[in-house]
Amino acid sequence: MFLRSLICLFIVVPAVFGGASPASAETEILVSAAASLTESFKEIGKSFAAKNPGVKVSFNFAATGSLLQQISQGAPADVFASADQESMDKAEKGGVILPGSRINFAGNSLVLIAPVNMPPLVGLGDLKSGRVQKIAMGNPDSVPVGRYTKSALEKQGLWDALAPKCVMGISVKQALEYVMRGEVEAGFVYATDAAVAKDKVRVVAEIPTDKTIVYPVAVVAGSANKEKAQAFLLYLRSPEAQTILAKYGFSKP
Amino acid sequence: MPDLTPLWLTLRVASFATAIAFAFAVGFAWLTARFAFWGRDFLDAILTLPLVMPPTVLGYYLIVVWGRNGWLGSWLSAHFGISLMFTWQGAVLAATVVAFPLLFKSARAAFEGVSTEYEQAARILGDSELRVFFRITLPLAARGLLAGTMLAFARAMGDFGATLMVAGNIEGKTQTAAMAVFDAVQAGNYNLANTLVAIMSVVCVTILVMTNKLASRGRAGR
Repeated sequence: MFLRSLICLFIVVPAVFGGASPASAETEILVSAAASLTESFKEIGKSFAAKNPGVKVSFNFAATGSLLQQISQGAPADVFASADQESMDKAEKGGVILPGSRINFAGNSLVLIAPVNMPPLVGLGDLKSGRVQKIAMGNPDSVPVGRYTKSALEKQGLWDALAPKCVMGISVKQALEYVMRGEVEAGFVYATDAAVAKDKVRVVAEIPTDKTIVYPVAVVAGSANKEKAQAFLLYLRSPEAQTILAKYGFSKP
Repeated sequence: MPDLTPLWLTLRVASFATAIAFAFAVGFAWLTARFAFWGRDFLDAILTLPLVMPPTVLGYYLIVVWGRNGWLGSWLSAHFGISLMFTWQGAVLAATVVAFPLLFKSARAAFEGVSTEYEQAARILGDSELRVFFRITLPLAARGLLAGTMLAFARAMGDFGATLMVAGNIEGKTQTAAMAVFDAVQAGNYNLANTLVAIMSVVCVTILVMTNKLASRGRAGR
């Protein structure tokens, strides 16, 4: 009796939870976007869906490097929004984006941040002091903000001195989180991420990068919804989307 | 030859973690196996919890307790100026927590399998409790303990989620093999990923084969 009810449970539960997907004539597009676009894109997604009934936008936020790997391995994304040109170049070379669909849609800047409840830092030079034991940044191998940080520090001749103190995050959001929790004394994130966490982190300085930070977006070559994906791209350049991006601190492309 | 530092780091972290887990596990296992006290089942459940909890949940609990602003972490930071976060010691802590239940469960089963008659005989013949434990109980439970230790070691080697949250991913300091594989895949460095994965697989299979041999010999000898 007990065994029978157990077997029934194993059949019924998956059937109940596995079968339920609403029959929809809706198209769904999957946008794989850099982690720093989390807040702004969620809002843009809602407003795009409102303007385009019958289209739903789902998001996959992660470090650009991870997204590129996923798409190269066949992940079913329709749109790829990258935090740097280099990753989009790699995508183009790998043939995973639709030729000619690539456009720039936003700009950002690199900032040095510190937890609010720690004595203030003055600038990059302070990072060498003994008080700063750990610095959070993105992993330069897969996270654009990490690459920007490394090249900015190299340019200032600080990379060799600071590299041993750096804790590599798997995305800019993880680097931000380390600073927010006060586990590190400083971190490098985008200005837009610092703005989202302004009650926990304080911006110490804006760091000049030799390449301006411009975000490109493109339609994924293997997309099954190229039309709707193109529509989303066009929407990103529209005044409404640009206003939302500006609200979160992004600059014009 | 790709950089194999993560493997050495993993071995080091896993060894320390297994040793610490062993000490605590044997202690608790002997207590719960030999004495029936109120709340024993509850204690057993709490000690087994890390086995069933998602590693990220464990990592979160560890951060809450040991993070710079956590309960014990803030005390450590204030009095000794040290933090376990982003250190290999923190990695050991995370690995110990995930490996402990495996050792505890195996050890308890091993001790319960040792007939108390032998221990009673030794006591009657004049052995102190300590001698009874080390000369009778432990040797008879050795096979089960060894099997548990190997499983715990494998688990400590393989931890990712909890270790990532507590120790972060610092190349050369806390980047264990599991994290190095993750990083390598993220960066598209399949060469390194393949090497690390191959070595880890061989090690894990070896451990399992040896554990099975120990367990089956124990059964056959009974």
